[in-house]
Amino acid sequence: MHEMGIAQQMVNIALESIPRDIVNPRVENLNLRIGKLAAVVEDSLKFCFEIITKGTPLDGATLLIESVPVKVRCRACFHGWEVEGPVFTCPACKDGAVDILSGRELEISSIELADD
Amino acid sequence: MEINIQRKVLEANETQADRNRKYFSERKVFVLNMMSSPGSGKTETLSITIKRLMPHIRVGIIVGDICTRNDADRLGATGAPVVQINTDQFGGDCHLAAHLIDRAAREMDLDSLDLLIVENIGNLVCPAEFDIGENAKAVVLSVTEGEDKPLKYPLMFQVADVALLNKIDLLPYLDVDLNLAVDNIQKVHPKIPVFKISAKTQEGFEGWIGWLKGCVNG
Ligand SMILES: Nc1nc2c(ncn2[C@@H]2O[C@H](COP(=O)(O)OP(=O)(O)O)[C@@H](O)[C@H]2O)c(=O)[nH]1
Ligand SMILES: [Mg+2]
Ligand SMILES: [Zn+2]
Repeated sequence: MHEMGIAQQMVNIALESIPRDIVNPRVENLNLRIGKLAAVVEDSLKFCFEIITKGTPLDGATLLIESVPVKVRCRACFHGWEVEGPVFTCPACKDGAVDILSGRELEISSIELADD
Repeated sequence: MEINIQRKVLEANETQADRNRKYFSERKVFVLNMMSSPGSGKTETLSITIKRLMPHIRVGIIVGDICTRNDADRLGATGAPVVQINTDQFGGDCHLAAHLIDRAAREMDLDSLDLLIVENIGNLVCPAEFDIGENAKAVVLSVTEGEDKPLKYPLMFQVADVALLNKIDLLPYLDVDLNLAVDNIQKVHPKIPVFKISAKTQEGFEGWIGWLKGCVNG
């Protein structure tokens, strides 16, 4: 539901990162890292991105999304594991609170410019 | 040509949230971000909470809605200072962002407060993603929403520091299993404190009020 705002922030960062000395830059790919726990709907993000990049150097660019797994560690027994689905109960001690190590990312790793 | 960036998409919000947190801690105000789906009982729970805390703990409220001042009027009746944010002026956002909290907080006299509670926009998805500079997050789930909601909205229940299971006065009329609802919250967030309350009958508030006092005095 907030994908438009996220797309807008993403576009601002990407545009800022294009070196000033390139004439008529055209971005081909945007590499993103999105955690599986992040509240982002990919299709909706792509849709918003398309709309707001018309006529900019990002027009037509592809969003390449690396989906980051949810990794956690138990505070009681220090067991670490990858969480699939919504259950965070520690499989080792069944008793600990957990710390999230990854899975909440919402990052731009790089942009790829066309070479023409 | 590949240009390396490695930046967080929400870095602007995170920077503002950190600034807010510093601003609040300099004024010795504890900030609670209260979230839920629409109608779970945030406003009702807050009204009772304020009445129980004041005047010993001085509470201020920021309330977010897409439209209307209804909640601000309801909460203002408690005598606590209230600032309303309507996000329709800012594109009808489904969550409160850190810069809106900054603006609203500057309308309040924080030096005369111990606790600032932010009633976020009714939504179990988006507000979970946006840090506003709070010290703790609370999620309210009403028993009428069904036991499975924590499993359907894991991020919200995972980021919350405390959960309120509201409207327990309605249990005799529902098929909902209260223990299963608590279990599901704690499957998503092991060890999270869960308080079963009714904002209508005021049942179960002692535990919640105690938890909140612990935050403010701690
Ligand atoms: N029966 C019952 N109704 C409640 C309770 N808490 C809130 N309500 C009602 O639920 C509706 C929505 O409550 P409100 O506080 O506005 O929810 P919000 O949208 O989360 O702020 C209102 O009609 C309240 O009177 C409760 O504990 N029991
Ligand atoms: Mg409300
Ligand atoms: Zn463990």
